[in-house]
Amino acid sequence: MTQETLKPQEKAALIELLYQMGDDDFILSFRGSEWLGLAPHIEEDVAFSSISQDMMGHANLYYRLLEGLGEGEADRIAHLRTPDQFRNAIILEEVNGPGTYLKEPEYDWAFAVVRNYFYAVHKQIRLDSLRHSSYEPLAEAARKIMTEQYYHLMHWEVWFKQLMTSTEEAIGRMNAAIEKVWKDFGGVLTLGPSYADIVKANFIDDEAVMKKRWTNKMEAVLKEVGAAYPGEPRMERGNGRNGVHTDDLKQALSTLSEVYATNPATGW
Amino acid sequence: MTLGVSFNQLSEEEKMQHFLDRINAGEKIEPDDWMPDDYRLQLIRLISMHGISEIMGALPEKEWVPKAPSLHRKLAIMAKVQDEMGHGQLLLRVAEDLMAPLGKTRHDIMEDLFSGKLKFHNVFHMDAPTWGDAGIIAWLVDGAAIISQSMMLDSSYGPYARALKRICAEEVFHAQHGESIILAMAEGSPEQRQMLQDALNRWWESLIMFFGPKSAKETGNSNADKNIMYKIRTKTNEDLRQEFFTKYIPRIWSLGLTIPDDTIRFDEETQMWIYKDADWSKFKQIVSGNGPQSQNRLDLRRRSYKNNEWVREALAAKKAI
Repeated sequence: MTQETLKPQEKAALIELLYQMGDDDFILSFRGSEWLGLAPHIEEDVAFSSISQDMMGHANLYYRLLEGLGEGEADRIAHLRTPDQFRNAIILEEVNGPGTYLKEPEYDWAFAVVRNYFYAVHKQIRLDSLRHSSYEPLAEAARKIMTEQYYHLMHWEVWFKQLMTSTEEAIGRMNAAIEKVWKDFGGVLTLGPSYADIVKANFIDDEAVMKKRWTNKMEAVLKEVGAAYPGEPRMERGNGRNGVHTDDLKQALSTLSEVYATNPATGW
Repeated sequence: MTLGVSFNQLSEEEKMQHFLDRINAGEKIEPDDWMPDDYRLQLIRLISMHGISEIMGALPEKEWVPKAPSLHRKLAIMAKVQDEMGHGQLLLRVAEDLMAPLGKTRHDIMEDLFSGKLKFHNVFHMDAPTWGDAGIIAWLVDGAAIISQSMMLDSSYGPYARALKRICAEEVFHAQHGESIILAMAEGSPEQRQMLQDALNRWWESLIMFFGPKSAKETGNSNADKNIMYKIRTKTNEDLRQEFFTKYIPRIWSLGLTIPDDTIRFDEETQMWIYKDADWSKFKQIVSGNGPQSQNRLDLRRRSYKNNEWVREALAAKKAI
């Protein structure tokens, strides 16, 4: 399928899917960029900031596809929507810890590793499926993104396994982070209310199939590091794919659009 | 006498002479070569200060990473701060090799930063309250850095010269990124132009300070002169400042911006820029950790170092297994 051959119902479903994936990357990239200068060591600062930059580039790719589908300029998509128009999963908008990135940040590295690793595993599954998407521009974008995503996944997997098999304190902190992420990770694994139309048009695999791939992988990894599998991933605070969000997203968006929103009409 | 075979039997004076002959002949000194302690200490001082400045320098720009006003600018500034952090890492590795024979590690560098013993560049102690500041930093602070670092590309210490080669290549992109931000604002709305002018006003004195005071008598510090003797650097602070003026003042004027110094002019007779000098007692205060943002930014570093102690312990334990 191309832009010209999409039927209206298909187009609406595709737009939903692109917002979900673009917003997931956009918001998690922002949370990653807040870590700059605060990572456990300088080498990690370099690597993590590179990953955040890549992810911002991925969000940009999805937003450009939306631009092509008549959703307005990518910059407006990124900077001028209200929180209820965002489709990212709630767990990805959650703050890195108490404080802000400018003042008294008490950021939690275990949470960063677990959230990013779990997300990278799912993103890989999503991209594997998107390579065969019926919408050719999306398949092409996925192939581009995968070349970078490969390293992100490897990076977070190394961190995850290392910390899960080291000191008692590290393992304790990591388990607490797993518990926290698990409560809302179900929100990443869903395709939201347009699910049926998205799958029917073959834009991406069935969410149940992809979810199974993710849970299988998680079961194996957790077993490998000697941790218990926590059961069904949940959506305790609601489904971000429906536009349900927390104040953390509101705060994130006001920071992200602070300058742009002062004058969206001008060149910056 | 064949050197190499009997080098260890030479007296300290002869070793020193041999060392000076080498650097005067343009040879590069490598980490395992003999070097006078004084040379080693000068390098450690210079390179750890440079490295830590890159790392602290990422913090003012980091403030503007999420706020950058378009996806394109967000991507560009993310790439830039990542480069700066990478430069810091590269330089700290060079400093670590030099410190190893003294039994010191990166941990000592961080501790010295936190205690205030290790200073970082004056510009990174300053406020960056608007997007205009992000532009001025990338354009003029990085522009100034290119000038002072290019001078050391031929440094007598091989690893430093090689690191600088890579750093300078990336800094050129940063200055272009800065120039592009500046141009967009200069051609934009009256509010954007004003934001830019305000940022320039804020940064001008810091830019004068960037190159350091004119001569030893003002600070009682002769490190710059010593570094010239060792061929670590080739120009004086004032040489560099003049070079900066010559390159950037015409560009600033051509954008219709005003330099906040009404005495500034090029003197045809001496072929030098005449300008209002910075307040060097203020400079001393700033680099001693009393600048407007010194303690906030140090606090970010200290806090993260403390919060991540468990991670370092976990990694160390992992290595032991």
